[in-house]
Amino acid sequence: METKPDLNIDRSVGDFHYDVDYEFDAGIGLSEKTIDYICDVKKDPDWIREFRKEALRKFNSMPMPTNWASHDLDNIVFENIRYYLSQGTQPKRSWDDVPEDVKRTFERLGIPEQERKFLAGVEAQFDSEAAYSNIKAAVGEQGVIFVGSTEGLHKHPEIFKKWFGKVIPTGDNKFSALNSAVFSGGSFIYIPPGVKVKHPLQAYFRINAENFGQFERTLIIADEGSEVMYMEGCTAPKFETSTLHSAVVELVALKGAKIQYITVQNWSANVFNLVTKRGLAHEEAEIKWIDCNIGSRLTMKYPGVIMKGRKARGEVISIALAGDGQHQDTGAKMVHAADETTSNIVSKSISLGSGRSTYRGLVQIGRHLKGCKNNTECDALLINTESRTDTYPAITVRGKENACQHEASVSKISAEQIFYMQQRGISKAAAMSLAVNGFVNDLVQQFPMEYSVELKRLIDLEMEGSVG
Amino acid sequence: MSLKIENLHANIGDREILKGLNLEMPKGEVHAIMGKNGSGKSTLAKVMAGHPDYEVSAGQVLLDGLNLFEMEEPDQRARTGLFVAFQYPMEVPGVTIANFIRAALQARLPEGEELDAVDYYHHLYEKMDLLKIDRKFTSRAVNEGFSGGEKKRCEILQMAMLNPVYAVLDETDSGLDIDALRIVSEGVNAMRSPERGLLVITHYQRLLDYIVPDVVHVMVDGRIVMSGDKTLAHKLEAEGYDWVEKELLQKA
Repeated sequence: METKPDLNIDRSVGDFHYDVDYEFDAGIGLSEKTIDYICDVKKDPDWIREFRKEALRKFNSMPMPTNWASHDLDNIVFENIRYYLSQGTQPKRSWDDVPEDVKRTFERLGIPEQERKFLAGVEAQFDSEAAYSNIKAAVGEQGVIFVGSTEGLHKHPEIFKKWFGKVIPTGDNKFSALNSAVFSGGSFIYIPPGVKVKHPLQAYFRINAENFGQFERTLIIADEGSEVMYMEGCTAPKFETSTLHSAVVELVALKGAKIQYITVQNWSANVFNLVTKRGLAHEEAEIKWIDCNIGSRLTMKYPGVIMKGRKARGEVISIALAGDGQHQDTGAKMVHAADETTSNIVSKSISLGSGRSTYRGLVQIGRHLKGCKNNTECDALLINTESRTDTYPAITVRGKENACQHEASVSKISAEQIFYMQQRGISKAAAMSLAVNGFVNDLVQQFPMEYSVELKRLIDLEMEGSVG
Repeated sequence: MSLKIENLHANIGDREILKGLNLEMPKGEVHAIMGKNGSGKSTLAKVMAGHPDYEVSAGQVLLDGLNLFEMEEPDQRARTGLFVAFQYPMEVPGVTIANFIRAALQARLPEGEELDAVDYYHHLYEKMDLLKIDRKFTSRAVNEGFSGGEKKRCEILQMAMLNPVYAVLDETDSGLDIDALRIVSEGVNAMRSPERGLLVITHYQRLLDYIVPDVVHVMVDGRIVMSGDKTLAHKLEAEGYDWVEKELLQKA
């Protein structure tokens, strides 16, 4: 028997927290003072301090996007949130050096074990800062850089500064502005030309504190002809009050490079998860987002690819599961900005109980372009009458020599199907799990083994809960 | 030890379909139920299995003395040993036959026990070969895009894998050409055992040339009105269901 990998990011495992004595705490609320505090602790260079303050001004001036998005956003009380909590800004290279209470958390979540088993590198973020960051020696020797964003900024300013904030401008949206003001943690990755990293790099994001906002910032640069796969997992314990996770992730794939970015998140039901993710694909480069959204109170996330160079490719594969009382507002953005660029969007959503899924897609192909193709498929599965699904595609194709295809479907798991499966001895919950897994099966097959096993387990847990 | 149906009344909405049905099939035997369309044959299979659309208003079904209706969920009844091969099996998109049957077998194991994958596939292939089902079918989604004959073979494959104590085969012959009928019948005959009872529901006598029953029951308007040996099936085929109704009138 093969060993069963187990990323352990289900909520029953993740639902615990330890009381931690934070060395640094920016306190409650957000002002220029908060930013000065963060900059002082992190010893940010002046240009970052200025960048943050400018972002804060933008954040304060921008309205909530409730004109098109959920009004639930109005329930975020920014002045009640803590924006920075850490036990120090230097991540440890060895588990032995990680503070005891933080180590206990990650050991309980199985992180060091995972690193030994199948990863090329790991970063584990606890609240605001990376507590642990390590890369296998062989990968490091190839010149691969995999560090926390703070360390990237300090030690590799020449690469960092060139691309930071270039794919997603500060004012892209209110939450990217917020992230730009208070960002901390996240990964900085650089893959030198021609280097193909065989095993995935993984980051693990853990929220431990109540009323806290996690604002990690990830920047990945794959130089010409290189390849990398990055995976992230996220959990938080259940708290009574809401918690905010608002990340910004920027990817840059230079000529002929390939980046695959995989997310399996399983936030508890109090988390507002408002994330901006975008990649810039140069000539013949390929960026693929695989995005699994389970849990959270409200997720808004539309990973995008700007295909800037000829023959660049962009892909978004997403699975969203909206449980009772949850809203998954997800989708994709594909901007074709050069000839012969191709993009593919496959989105599957599952709505359970009073859960709601929304798909928003944006595809743009400019008038002057030739030979561009987009394929969009979005399928929704509804598992009882209360649940709701909406599709808002926005497709702008100009120019005559481009092709675009959009398919959407909504299906239900019928009582007849459940009865049929139950007649074979399978319990109602297991039958629903099977049907849901069947619905996403073709997508899951594209995942690395470790994550497809994990996803199946998460779906099983979600279904058990929904049948009661 | 038997499958015993006593005074079974069942309705869908306001309409009563089973109107006091009685039948007893000892373990080890094969019984056939014959009847016209609309006599309630398929309803009987669904009611026993626990289909949510039907309501039982009176009577009981005893599986070796265990009352099926005391088990709320269809999966409990199935795990007790009841199997129904449906006339119109449902499609389960994305779920492969191999995974589906595996989940059904796994559901019968005590908690914490895992099905042995090697044994499982060995067993599955053996049964598929018997039913002349191409091994490629293991990775096809259950009943999705199957022909009528493929669906019926897939039902019998599931029965063979799940090894029920009592099985109800609802119109298993419908939609089968003569070759498929022979293969399916061989699969069913291979399941005949002193440890099992098989209740074969059919409209035509044809199937009973291949699966020879110990007892034939005739169903009219929600009741079993006549029972006899296999020659009863031939008589029905020759004289039609009108003959039964005339006989009944004469008796009355």
